[in-house]
Amino acid sequence: MDPADLSIAEAGARLRSGDFTAVDLLAAVRRRASMTEAILHAYLTIDADGATAAAEAADAALSRGEDRGLLHGIPIAVKDNMVTRGVETTCSSRILSGYVPPYDATVVERLKAGGAVIVGKTNLDEFAMGSSTENSAYGTSRNPWDPDRVPGGSSGGSAAVVAVGSALGALGSDTGGSIRQPASLCGVVGMKPTYGLVSRYGLIAFASSLDQIGPITRTVGDSVIVFEAIAGHDPSDATSYRGDLPDARADLEKGVKGLRIGIVRELSGDGIQPGVAAAFQETLDRLRDAGAEVREVSLPSTEYALSAYYLIAPAECSANLARFDGVRYGPRIDGASVEEMMSATRRDGFGPEVTRRILLGTYALSAGYFDAFYGQAQKVRTLVSEDFKEAYAEVDVLVTPTSPTTAFAVGERADDPLAMYLSDICTIPSNLSGDPAISVPVGLDDDGLPVGFQVLAPALGEGVMFRVAAEVERLSGFDGRPALASSEGAA
Amino acid sequence: MTYEAVIGIETHVELQTNSKMFCGCPTDFGAEPNTNVCPVCLGLPGALPVPNERAIEWTVALGLALGCEVSQHSLFHRKNYFYADLPKNYQISQYDLPLCIGGHLEVEADAGTRRVGITRVHLEEDTGKSTHLGGGGRIHDAEGALIDFNRSGIPLMEVVTEPDIRTPEEARAYAQELRSIVLALGISDARLEEGSLRFDANVSLRPKGDEELGVKVEVKNMNSLRSLQRALAFEIERQAARLEKGEAIAQETRHWDEEAGRTEPGRSKEESSDYRYFPEPDLVPIHTNPEAVERIRSALPELPALRRARYVELGVEPAAAVTLVMNDFAGLFDGAVAAGADARAAANWLTGEITAHLNRTGESPVDLAIDAAGLAELVGMIEDGDLSATAAKDVLNGVLAGEGSPRQVATSRDLIQISDESAIGAEVDAVLDAHSDEVERIRGGEDRLIGFLVGQVMKATGGKADPRLVDRLIRERVS
Repeated sequence: MDPADLSIAEAGARLRSGDFTAVDLLAAVRRRASMTEAILHAYLTIDADGATAAAEAADAALSRGEDRGLLHGIPIAVKDNMVTRGVETTCSSRILSGYVPPYDATVVERLKAGGAVIVGKTNLDEFAMGSSTENSAYGTSRNPWDPDRVPGGSSGGSAAVVAVGSALGALGSDTGGSIRQPASLCGVVGMKPTYGLVSRYGLIAFASSLDQIGPITRTVGDSVIVFEAIAGHDPSDATSYRGDLPDARADLEKGVKGLRIGIVRELSGDGIQPGVAAAFQETLDRLRDAGAEVREVSLPSTEYALSAYYLIAPAECSANLARFDGVRYGPRIDGASVEEMMSATRRDGFGPEVTRRILLGTYALSAGYFDAFYGQAQKVRTLVSEDFKEAYAEVDVLVTPTSPTTAFAVGERADDPLAMYLSDICTIPSNLSGDPAISVPVGLDDDGLPVGFQVLAPALGEGVMFRVAAEVERLSGFDGRPALASSEGAA
Repeated sequence: MTYEAVIGIETHVELQTNSKMFCGCPTDFGAEPNTNVCPVCLGLPGALPVPNERAIEWTVALGLALGCEVSQHSLFHRKNYFYADLPKNYQISQYDLPLCIGGHLEVEADAGTRRVGITRVHLEEDTGKSTHLGGGGRIHDAEGALIDFNRSGIPLMEVVTEPDIRTPEEARAYAQELRSIVLALGISDARLEEGSLRFDANVSLRPKGDEELGVKVEVKNMNSLRSLQRALAFEIERQAARLEKGEAIAQETRHWDEEAGRTEPGRSKEESSDYRYFPEPDLVPIHTNPEAVERIRSALPELPALRRARYVELGVEPAAAVTLVMNDFAGLFDGAVAAGADARAAANWLTGEITAHLNRTGESPVDLAIDAAGLAELVGMIEDGDLSATAAKDVLNGVLAGEGSPRQVATSRDLIQISDESAIGAEVDAVLDAHSDEVERIRGGEDRLIGFLVGQVMKATGGKADPRLVDRLIRERVS
């Protein structure tokens, strides 16, 4: 078997048993990248020298008996909104073209400390704003299952590389579903941890109170491995959680017998594509058969969640993106005054979606509008959290389809922001509440496109979330690879 | 018509914490440009702030010293505006939930004691510093600009008063007293020349006796006590002249031009700012634990008002007590008194010669080459008759020039007074022998000739004899 087709867990075992080296493994994923990248355009930067050096160092360490853990020697891709020392980091924006950060994000440091080999930086919607990667200033990534379709977004590049094996795992970031939705559309596992469990230091902020970094992997077990490697308190992030980490691994094999699983009335009706609804229902039936008790619960405030999100996220982004002004880094367009230079640089540097959100956010925070917009949105946020709390008094986890639809065609929603925003209807509530959620692929629809099943849990409920996700994975038996990833696909 | 000015002051105080407000960079002044910087204070992509707990404690301490209530729940906000030396293009500041609210400060000015209400004390971060090239240093006709981010992120405390101040003198006295408190707390070096303390003021005029407030003008860019007083005096006169002519006062921001000695209107762009404050999502709310606040309260040092009262009780003149506290001499003075120096004498040296030296050199008390023990030694030597008043000034100059302790300087400069009665007695006898005529005339009632004989003895001893002793010995011998 091609090492690029292995899970992180399997590859780790075979590295240690001497079947292949980290250098071999890196070569395998690079071969896969060279087969697929011309079609997918999932990587923005491949750090050939850095990855080779890291793989060689991983082999040398292992031969000395130094084992850094489950990611030792494993090729991992990183979304290009996490800074990497010495490797260009652009956020898929012209405004950061050529920007080479002087420091590593905490998650990157942790991956390196765990012996991981960072293959390169993956494409995203500019500043993580979008659901398709069509908003990248450096070209749209493609869905490995059907290159005429989008991979989802904003972590579309990370989802696509994992789906085809041009990395064994990847980091994404999730502000309103940006890990889970592309994982769903690409047939891989994507997980958003509880807010605060993974440091945001070095994640180029989109919306600080919503952003969270998490793993995109082929299996639920791999998701646990990457989550454990990157989670934990970081003194450089004041919003980082200081308590004990939830045990993500202890209950993985326990199944769902006796667990109470809630389906959300407001997220299971209209607007869900029939193929998605069918796959969702089939998975529910299997869970019920496996001994879970399935109940319907209501999250009445969900109706307002999307509106609240589209005030809070743009408001925060309008301040977060203010620093890109041409003064200290990035390209600069000259002007007659400092103000004109800043305006010209920003006008040229930001794409239309980013500009739209900065304008929305600036407006929402303006004097006289703050209470009506931002203030009101924060109240909705509190209501959403309260809805979740009430629901979790009755059930252990909630489940929904991850995305109302499977992958849509490139260009289909590009000119319709509202339709695009609806892609995230099922994922946004857990960003507002800060709770963990995971998308697990459960099968293909009639068009051969993957469908994702989302498991949501209360804050710090990663244990039960992974437990249910592992059972969903077992019950669905989904282990598909897009044709593009097979050797025939190379032809 | 007689007008009354209504003045409120905002003071920015740079805190002298070891590290900056939201990162670990050092805060020392005068480092090479852009060397005390990191991703956080440069606003690099991905960097996040982590609050400096010491700065929060010090802000609470100042709040307590000003009689404020410490908020149990306080928030940092983002204040959004674009400026080249503001790296994130927002400043992390505080808005509707500052750390401290509602205190007061009593200040003494010509008109008597004024109780100045303190609206709030809050904490924020400083900006970088721009230097404009060419065009006389002004931004609008500069050829280019350099930015030093060493100052970016230094903790900056803002103290806002109620509009309780009525005259430029009171404003100066308020600023002076606030500075003394900051120094007593040891939270800032309060060096005006390094911009550690900066003042903005709101000024409006109204006919004396009226309750209704006039149109408010904000005056910025006052970096010393003197410029605060001058700027306010100018602005009050400017507004009064306009009102006299029946002209309206524009609500605007004006900048004090130290050299021209006048306030100038700012550019209109700066006035119409909407800062779009919102809670800083990268930081969690500050919850002040009441026990921690009590710990800070009980650790507060002696504040200037109490210190002045204590000095007066020790025998120091009230005016000298004010100067001692104002000039940050408390450490030297208390140390000298503890080492046995006479309080009044020590105070006189500090407020006289030593203050004159500081004014001449521009140094601060911490820079002085004399310490408390040295001051006590100097005072003691005069008391013991080892130094004449004139010689003592020479000795002090030597000590301040770094030549050693007072006794070392007095010895090496050969200024120790001869106060040995037998040695001086011999010199007196020799002078009396040589001036028998004068002795006879004194005995005949010409007392003024005693001075002449004292002078002769002083001359004979090279000025080192204790003149009081010489005088006594001559009088004893001629009587």
